[in-house]
Amino acid sequence: MHPFAYTKPADTRSALVAGARGGRYIAGGTTLVDLMRETVERPGTLVDISGLPLRDVRTGERRELRIGALARMSDVAAHPRVRSAYPVVSQALELSASAQLRNMATIGGNIMQRTRCTYFRDVSAACNKRQRGSGCAALEGYNRSHAILGTSDACVATHPSDLAVALAALDTVVHLLGPDGERSLTLTEFLLRPGSTPDREHDLRPGELITALEIPPHPQPLRSGYLKVRDRQSYEFALTSAAVVLHITGGVIRDARVAAGGVGTVPWRLTAVERRLVGARPSDRLWAQAAAEASHGARPLRHNGFKTELLERTVERQLRTVGGTP
Amino acid sequence: MTRQTRPAAGTPLSRVDGRLKVTGQAAYAAEHDAHGAVRGVAHGVIVTSTVGRGRITGIDTRAAAGQRGVLKVISHVNAPELPYRPWRGVPDPARGERLRVFQDDRVRFFGQPVAVVVAETLEIAWHAASLVRVSYDAGRPATDLASPAGEPNESENYTRGNVDQALRQAHVRLDRTYRLQREHHNPMETHATIARWDGDRLTVWDKTQIVLNTRAGLAADFGIPEASVRVISPFVGGAFGSALRCWPHVTIAALAAREVRRPVKVALTRKQMYTGTGFRPVTEYKITLGADQRGRLTATVHDIRAETSTYEDYREGLGDVGRMTHATPNVRLTYRTVPLDINTPTWMRGPGPATAAYAIESAMDELAYELGMDPIELRMRNEPDRDPSTGVPFSTRRLRECFRVGSRTVGWDRRNPRPRTNRDGNWLIGTGVAVATYHTARAAAQALARLHADGTATVQCGTSDMGPGTYTSMTQVAADAIGLQVPRVRFQLGDSSMPPSPPHGGSMTMASVGSAVQDTCDKLRRQAIALAVQDPRSPLHGTTPDDVTVANGRLHLRDNPARGETYQQLLARNNRTYLEARGGYTPGDEVERFSTHAYGAVFAQVAVDEHLGLVRVRQVHGVYDAGRIINPKLADSQAIGGMVGGIGMALLEHTITDPRDGRIVNANMADYLVPTNADIPNVSAIYLGGDDRTADPIGVKGLGEVVIVGVAPAIANAVFHATGRRVRDLPITIESLLGG
Amino acid sequence: MSAEISNDDPDVEVPEVSRRGFLSTTAAGGVAAGVLPSSLAAGRADASAGRAAPSGGQSSALSVTVNGRRHQVTVDNRTSLLDLLRERLALTGTKKGCDQGACGACTVLVDDRRVNACLTLAVRCEGAEVTTIEGLAAQDGERDGELHALQRAFIEQDAFQCGYCTPGQIMSGVACIREGHTGSREEIREWMSGNICRCGCYVKIVNAVEQAARGGRD
Repeated sequence: MHPFAYTKPADTRSALVAGARGGRYIAGGTTLVDLMRETVERPGTLVDISGLPLRDVRTGERRELRIGALARMSDVAAHPRVRSAYPVVSQALELSASAQLRNMATIGGNIMQRTRCTYFRDVSAACNKRQRGSGCAALEGYNRSHAILGTSDACVATHPSDLAVALAALDTVVHLLGPDGERSLTLTEFLLRPGSTPDREHDLRPGELITALEIPPHPQPLRSGYLKVRDRQSYEFALTSAAVVLHITGGVIRDARVAAGGVGTVPWRLTAVERRLVGARPSDRLWAQAAAEASHGARPLRHNGFKTELLERTVERQLRTVGGTP
Repeated sequence: MTRQTRPAAGTPLSRVDGRLKVTGQAAYAAEHDAHGAVRGVAHGVIVTSTVGRGRITGIDTRAAAGQRGVLKVISHVNAPELPYRPWRGVPDPARGERLRVFQDDRVRFFGQPVAVVVAETLEIAWHAASLVRVSYDAGRPATDLASPAGEPNESENYTRGNVDQALRQAHVRLDRTYRLQREHHNPMETHATIARWDGDRLTVWDKTQIVLNTRAGLAADFGIPEASVRVISPFVGGAFGSALRCWPHVTIAALAAREVRRPVKVALTRKQMYTGTGFRPVTEYKITLGADQRGRLTATVHDIRAETSTYEDYREGLGDVGRMTHATPNVRLTYRTVPLDINTPTWMRGPGPATAAYAIESAMDELAYELGMDPIELRMRNEPDRDPSTGVPFSTRRLRECFRVGSRTVGWDRRNPRPRTNRDGNWLIGTGVAVATYHTARAAAQALARLHADGTATVQCGTSDMGPGTYTSMTQVAADAIGLQVPRVRFQLGDSSMPPSPPHGGSMTMASVGSAVQDTCDKLRRQAIALAVQDPRSPLHGTTPDDVTVANGRLHLRDNPARGETYQQLLARNNRTYLEARGGYTPGDEVERFSTHAYGAVFAQVAVDEHLGLVRVRQVHGVYDAGRIINPKLADSQAIGGMVGGIGMALLEHTITDPRDGRIVNANMADYLVPTNADIPNVSAIYLGGDDRTADPIGVKGLGEVVIVGVAPAIANAVFHATGRRVRDLPITIESLLGG
Repeated sequence: MSAEISNDDPDVEVPEVSRRGFLSTTAAGGVAAGVLPSSLAAGRADASAGRAAPSGGQSSALSVTVNGRRHQVTVDNRTSLLDLLRERLALTGTKKGCDQGACGACTVLVDDRRVNACLTLAVRCEGAEVTTIEGLAAQDGERDGELHALQRAFIEQDAFQCGYCTPGQIMSGVACIREGHTGSREEIREWMSGNICRCGCYVKIVNAVEQAARGGRD
């Protein structure tokens, strides 16, 4: 680990000042400390934001749910409103990492989580994400866990977060605060596909802080759930996952939101699947037909070709689980 | 022979070191400085190669050496030439030479140590190590068993009967190839060594399964007498074979300590464990079975290829199972190793049989389906009366009983043999069985016992306890032999100054060290009895030693318990602070005259979600014939642990190499998957018990290895029964079950 | 009790199954505010850290309470809570298994929550209350040394073999019970899955957590 200076500002303004001077924010630290030890991350100054008042989870006037960026994964998962209104969020969280890590990691940090690509994590390997222009060792290397959607010739690294998949399905908005004031983006806008600049993973400007994530109000009743497919029963990143959110009234799907994890360079909204669902009546046939659209545009690599089919099956299974069979 | 009224051996005693372990006070290798045993320790961090084959063309250590707190950076450029006296350790391969640290510029595999940075603190050492710049003249390494990697090493061959003729006449013939990927032990404690020099004497606190081997290895490396080296290793945080050899980092710690003239601690990182120790090698096992109509095997052919390094020819007992498990008159077996640009494989739990049984027991299952026969019945029809490879009788072999008991427990009779007939929601349910065997190894061991004036005893042997409970089981054996209650006996191990022991591996500790402890403690008891019967002031004076027994620390006449005295009284009256005995065990010709193995019948039930390619184990049940069980509680834990290892082998474990440069891409515990708690629902074991006094004086047959053997094929067979799909590569992954 | 045998090197402690190592390297219990760690090991490490600490604001003063005892130390900012415990405070009960948050051997309670000490920078523990395996047994008067119900359950159920993951398992189990995640064996299994046991003692770890949970909360 490279040497660094450490500061812990007591209020948001001091944090922004430290951030504007080039300090690196640290929240739960579960990704950052790990990558610092691998010397993938080498911040000169750590700005510890854990003392900032950004932990609240509250419901707003429009019934939107505002989750403070520093709320811990475990707390959000167990929050009564999250559990009752957005099971997909609770499930995605509780299927992530371990109880210990969920006690440390924050919601803001979770969507900023960096890829598990083995070549990214190993400074002796070529990686455009770590060092633009150095090449991508994963393209021709071992790439079973890598993405099949949203990839480029420069990078095929998977976004590792489960939560971000659930949040993407729910059209979550990211609230930011920076030297120039506040702004908001959807999570889908916030997280960037690699293109030719895989080192740019998000639209966070220098010195900007994530203050909150906001799940906008959704039509009721809302059914949702998260399915994570992995080799091991627990404590493993997703090979594929599906977040499904359905609004069904009068036997007709009025609104459908489906996102996939483990397969994309960012949490992947399956809009083609959603289009097939809206206006249709739940049936096993519908689930299968809609799921067949899931891997549209997939670019499999040498070791992850199975993900194309697995993704479709994962989506189909979770559509049936959430939507039911009449 | 005299016996305590209620023997400690055979009772489910809790671990004598349990309190130390649950309070965090047991001292593992990297912790002896904190425990006060060694002072002024500096930290060494190893720099490893980032190419898989080639030569080092330059090492720039300026930035590293310039860091405040860095004591020295050592590489082949400035390392002293070490004597490396010719030496081959007991666990070392029979051919080749150990890797020598920092003696030349050659890189033989990715992750080879190329330098060590020694600094005041761990943080500084790590940072400085990341600043060392190494340049290479690199070539593409050969890392794939399937690649034409040059000439395989000389093969090991075995033949009996006329295989070709038998195969021509066989009613059924089956040709199959099974593959097992590389697996790493991944004990929870990473390997670590603290080394301290006092003049020419070296003391090392090490993670090792055999202190004597580490002592001999270091003495050879530095060209000093073995007596000048002391190795201390009271607790080992798991090893499963990874700590049998004297690995390069042990030598590096000692070298660094000599260079900086201070004690140095070197702890491998988890990542470094993948290239700093060994692993279970990638193995390809081609098998041909020939059988008659009634399911009797007429011929088997075993063609085995496994990976090894370019500098050592590692081989394990891969041929044992094929030669002796099933009665077969005609057998041909070939075992080749292929040298690759990798570090040397090594012993990993159940070495040889764990791999071979996967192939053989899977093929037997396939044969059962070919013949339309129950897979247990097929095994029973091939049960030999004598060891088919040598013709000698078995000391004990109760495999039939294992299957009988297990079948009853799991309700095997109710099984519909047809695949795909049992469904539970999204899950297809299947069951499978396999045979487990493991040779009962025995080797010479010695022990030392002292009976103290306070009526307690201390017993020592330089063995190890990596988890099976050596401390506890030896205490039980010793307590019975001396005639004391368990709390009054202390067993000590893990110090090269103690009497010698064979490696703590290969399931030989209980048989070898246990027999030595019993012999030693019997001698101690007899010595005390002799003292009493010759002592005119003893109530036992003039009696016959054979008539005297000892129970709860009191010597008395067997027929007249009232006449006797305590050990304390005896020693006090004779002004003795202690009595001491040395004894030991050396295996005799029973090793050749009898075929001695531990056996098991393994039953697995799995659920397969075919749609998602998921396999989830529902139950594994093992029934074992392992001879006498000294501590049923600990033996049960060991069996369950072995079966959990087998579950990992079947479904999860796979070390993955990038063939472009030899880099291991999953050298961490997030990507190299071992079972978690959630993966292990219902795993249980039964021991038949018994007592095989032909095997060794205490009647045990070893159990650490046999409990991992057979688990993977039982699971693979259950997956077939569930799905109708035969997977012939381990681990069974999601992608292998998708499609179709 | 018994005399040592063949201790031919007076500088080296003969390994023994005893609590002697414990007694010689940790101070007596009780809260000693502002006292530096008294063990030789820690004192030495402090001295070397003073010599070798990085300059330019790359070390920090830290006040942290471990097992009820406050420590004031200067730490290299890079030091993890795990290395602070093991290398500075001589509290080696907390284990290093992967140093990457992937095994759980380093599990401790920080302000009553279970966390991975390897991914926790020590400097961020200012003012925190840390509980390690060494602080679990009773440390007061009559009950001094009495094991926590889960420690007893681990021994009785034989929920460990090599013992290396055990402190982390127990700390995680204590939290699991407090969190109320012990409704079924299946629930315990999932909520104990952040702690890898390579000896494969899971069945018995679940037994032990179940036993301690049934027996009431510590």
